[in-house]
Amino acid sequence: MTLERDQVAHVAMLARLGLSDQDLERYREQLDAILAHVDRLQQVDTSRVGETAQIGGLVNAWREDERRECLPVEAALANAPRRRRDHFEVGAIQE
Amino acid sequence: MTPRTVAELGASLRRGETSPAELAAASRGALESLAPLHPVLRYTDELTERQAARAARILAEAPETAGALCGIPFAYKDVLCVEGVETTAGSRILQGYVPPYTGTAVGRLLDAGAVPVAVTNCDEFAMGSSNENSAFGPVGNPWDPSRVPGGSSGGSAAVVAAGAVPFSLGTDTGGSIRQPASFCGVAGFKPTYGRVSRYGLIAFASSLDQIGPFARSVDDVARVFTAMAGHDPRDSTSSPTEVEPVDEQLERGVAGLRLGVPHEYMTEGLEPGVRTAVESALALLEKLGATLEEVSLPSTPAALSTYYIIAPAECSANLARMDGVRFGFHVDRPSLTDSYLETRGQGFGPEVKRRVMLGTYALSSGYYDAYYRKAQKVRTLIAEEFDRAFEKVDALVCPTSPIVAFPKGERSDPLSMYLCDVLTLPVNLAGLPGISVPCGLSEGLPVGLQVIGPRFQDARVLRVAHAYQGATAWHEAPPPPAPGAGSPTS
Repeated sequence: MTLERDQVAHVAMLARLGLSDQDLERYREQLDAILAHVDRLQQVDTSRVGETAQIGGLVNAWREDERRECLPVEAALANAPRRRRDHFEVGAIQE
Repeated sequence: MTPRTVAELGASLRRGETSPAELAAASRGALESLAPLHPVLRYTDELTERQAARAARILAEAPETAGALCGIPFAYKDVLCVEGVETTAGSRILQGYVPPYTGTAVGRLLDAGAVPVAVTNCDEFAMGSSNENSAFGPVGNPWDPSRVPGGSSGGSAAVVAAGAVPFSLGTDTGGSIRQPASFCGVAGFKPTYGRVSRYGLIAFASSLDQIGPFARSVDDVARVFTAMAGHDPRDSTSSPTEVEPVDEQLERGVAGLRLGVPHEYMTEGLEPGVRTAVESALALLEKLGATLEEVSLPSTPAALSTYYIIAPAECSANLARMDGVRFGFHVDRPSLTDSYLETRGQGFGPEVKRRVMLGTYALSSGYYDAYYRKAQKVRTLIAEEFDRAFEKVDALVCPTSPIVAFPKGERSDPLSMYLCDVLTLPVNLAGLPGISVPCGLSEGLPVGLQVIGPRFQDARVLRVAHAYQGATAWHEAPPPPAPGAGSPTS
């Protein structure tokens, strides 16, 4: 299977990565080689096993549904590149 | 001179021969002399001063409450958030980010009176095996500055190897503590997944990441681990399992232990010098009373592929928060989407972009089952094989890395870089504790012996490594003096 340039552009857009045409082609080649290697997974018989996402054996980690102290507004906003009053400010979400 | 251990420095503090501030200043001086190797990204001056004063107070007013780490200087990797200290994960996208809180691992060391001195260089977002992916430039190996220190915790390994600090912290997602420990000739320990809280660690792959220490001696590694380990309600993946006291086990030796040698780890692509060093180490462990037994982990060849689906998938999700809105680097554009694209396009380096795209692809509609779900199943197989091996043996012993430190720039092809971690990343997939300790030299460069244990048998792993160090002197060998790098700790 070969990765198409359009697929790479689609993935870059999904991941919100602005890439030049040159970058796209370079990543296409590299990702294609990595996927070719990774494809050997398909040869492993996994018909008898389930998926593992949590290796430590934990199932759920609950806490009491109580109000707790949280970061003060000023501390939360201290690193904001743009802020307006007590909010993070962003550009237009619709053009 | 031989760099001093935590125990020696602690004794010196208690005798009143030196002070925490003096030790911190000496470490700072030694770290500055390493500037040509570039292992340090920034110094924690204000915090250093505050902590040194705190430690001095404890030592003066309540010396009986002072733990082993009180007043001891250390350095930590640039992925651990500390309130008021810039933390960038080796990335341009977090340049200028000053965390409003301190993570648990470093926080517990601060509570123990340890004194941070510097933040160490690393691969961007801990993605790499050579430290060449740092946005702020590569790190040189103290044994040979033209070679890499390993990665991603390359700076943390280098500063301990050079004797500038007695210990440091790194993180290990696929080998990022053990492999640089191996390359730099120091001990580096990745605890069981969930043993040390990840709260305040800038996440790379949340189901694999663990924080752990570097030091010269396993003794010191054990002290730092003990200070950090244990349940933390602020990390929901932190294990509530009680921490087995390391002290009680450390000195028990290996006599009577059954040690497994994974057949698959001794075959593929081992450099001859690595093989020789590791085989001598195995023979020595046998002489010390351990029984060696060959075991098989047949899914090992699939581990790399499994890892390079799971880790990128998780990183693509974790790094979505690097959006230029709430913190860090920001490119202003009238539309939010364009701002995201430019911020992330310019803010991330090539390896991070590759992995984010790989992960996004593996999680995208139509590929999820074939890649991500499949990889999670193979992960189960890999973990089960380790579990079965541990029914027969108490721990596994093998090389940490098939190769020694390589020249900078040698592995520009991403896949060839990924192959560096082939003997360490299965341990992360299975959530096991693993340590690398120096076990010899190959062509003048350090070789690491890896000890792997069952989940939550961290103490047993440390015990085996400690027994090995008790019979060898490799961990005491300092790197040869580097031209122009000056002499560390004098």
